[in-house]
Amino acid sequence: MMFIRLSVFFAGVLAALFLGWAALVGVPGVQIAAVPPQPDLRPYTFEQAHGRQVYIREGCMYCHSQQTRPQGFGADQPRRWGRPSVPGDYFYDQPHLLGTMRTGPDLLNIGARQSSRDWHLAHLYNPRTVTPQSLMPPFPWLFEERAAEPSETVVHGRFVANRDGLDLIEYLLSMNRTYPVR
Amino acid sequence: MSDSLLPLRREMDERAALPVLLYFGTGILWLLAGTVLGVASSLKFNAPDWLGSVPALTFGRIRPAHLNAVMYGWASLAGAGCMVWLTSRLCQVPVQWRGCLIASAALWNAGLVYGVGSILLGYSAGVEWLEFPLAAVALIALAFLLYAASILRTFSLRKVDHVYVSLWYILASVVWFPLLYVVANLPIYSGVVHGVVNWWYAHNALAVWFTPVGLALAYYFIPKIIGRPLYSYYLSLLGFWTFALFYNWNGVHHLVGGPVPNWLQTISIIASVMMVIPVLAVAVNHHLTTLGNFRMLRTSLELRFIVFGAMSYTAVSFQVAMESLRSVQETLHFTHYTIGHAHLGVYGFLTMILFGAMYYITPRVARWDWPRPGWISAHFWLTAAGILIYVGATCWGGFLQGRALNNPAEPFTDVVELTRPYLLLRTISGVLIGAGHLIFAALFAQVLRRMGPRREEAVTP
Repeated sequence: MMFIRLSVFFAGVLAALFLGWAALVGVPGVQIAAVPPQPDLRPYTFEQAHGRQVYIREGCMYCHSQQTRPQGFGADQPRRWGRPSVPGDYFYDQPHLLGTMRTGPDLLNIGARQSSRDWHLAHLYNPRTVTPQSLMPPFPWLFEERAAEPSETVVHGRFVANRDGLDLIEYLLSMNRTYPVR
Repeated sequence: MSDSLLPLRREMDERAALPVLLYFGTGILWLLAGTVLGVASSLKFNAPDWLGSVPALTFGRIRPAHLNAVMYGWASLAGAGCMVWLTSRLCQVPVQWRGCLIASAALWNAGLVYGVGSILLGYSAGVEWLEFPLAAVALIALAFLLYAASILRTFSLRKVDHVYVSLWYILASVVWFPLLYVVANLPIYSGVVHGVVNWWYAHNALAVWFTPVGLALAYYFIPKIIGRPLYSYYLSLLGFWTFALFYNWNGVHHLVGGPVPNWLQTISIIASVMMVIPVLAVAVNHHLTTLGNFRMLRTSLELRFIVFGAMSYTAVSFQVAMESLRSVQETLHFTHYTIGHAHLGVYGFLTMILFGAMYYITPRVARWDWPRPGWISAHFWLTAAGILIYVGATCWGGFLQGRALNNPAEPFTDVVELTRPYLLLRTISGVLIGAGHLIFAALFAQVLRRMGPRREEAVTP
């Protein structure tokens, strides 16, 4: 700042931050905000929305992404993880859960790939009972030990899912963006 | 060194002592907490059922708790302490508004306890780097503003005509970070726009706060300890403004291949590659100032940490430029490579520089020399070896993981199996790093308790 006045310095510094914001947030914000929800996308039910909160609480997004890549970019298409996702698929997502890690597989369409409630129950109680190689943590606190109603699934002989566990599975089963993009 | 400055320096160090040691001491506590959380997170990959029935200690909670504890706790508090001291030195004025700084350290820590506690208890906001609930965000934002007020006040009373390059970074960061932090935390975003805001923020938090802290320290200490002027003043000017312009546009390279507009991905990739300019400017300046003085790395332990940090900055920055390209992201995105890259930046660069700076500043403000120089050397080698193993294991393992993920013939479970040895190596490197941190914390406590021989004259202000 031997060369410029202090006011010019601070103006430049603020302008740099503002330019970055305008380019990365301002303009795309306007562009994407104009995108309507995909017509076949359903808003979350009360149970699904609660299950989504459980997903956030347990930090599932640190290992699972929710975005599918296009043909020719990675192997999402040949792996049949679902068609490339579009902004309209995320209309009801707050907060977003796009994720940046695939320590586990992408979950954007897990409801379509794995629609068995019982599989999810066993998997959440302890993932290694269904996938021995899994690194995923167990979630026994989504279950309770009590006599099961006839309609309920028992895992490990004596545990049934509690409200958190059931709603998390409702959310996972709702994860289905396989409808055609319109 | 002109001796006429000694009394002033002594006065500046005395005035800075309380706030600086408060930031340092609490920062070190967060470093220890963050290290335990980090090593435990890594260990969970090696033994997924370990502590598997404790909700507060599940991987998905301790991992973000680790990130927040080390970023907003360790790096921010230690960084703030260094910036307070450095601003006073560069302005030749004792620290102003110390009450602001003490309140800032208290509020900052209150926000951290509330925020990290919330994550562990299951009240995360669910956005990476922005997990803290709004009350914790408000406390930390206020703490930062109080810190910024003191810095700007000290600067406004400066007794020097020349504003050294380190100060440009400090001044820019105190206006940049609060704006970024508040705008990104507004609870108004959803869907893909939220994803874009998320990565605009997470990358920019490095651009507007953490990297300026590291660069300000490197720009000050390398010439200071070596005892010769910066290689090129003009280059540092170019470095600063290109840094300010390009770094801000990088964030969306975290979403390459995702559901965001193509043009947006492209400009972030271009800006990431253009970062080569400021990085080269900084690298040439730092490395050419050091060149021919490598002998000093044997005698000055502070310089050893700082030069390691400056070299890591060059390495991590070229990594970004390369990594952001679409063809490279296709393989490396979604893998442990990104984790390795992040640690090379925040640890290899920033944390190592913070260690070096704190080894220089602490004895001067505490007026007590480090009792066991051999321990400092052990700290250096443990953490330097630890971070090199960490980055090597996660980057190479992540590269193999990415190639396997992109091969549809490879079952997903095989991809998981493939990463296991690298994840084990990561835990081992984390233990090495943690051992270094214990030494560092013990040394710091020894200085505070004035243990070891009195060698006040050794600590020239």
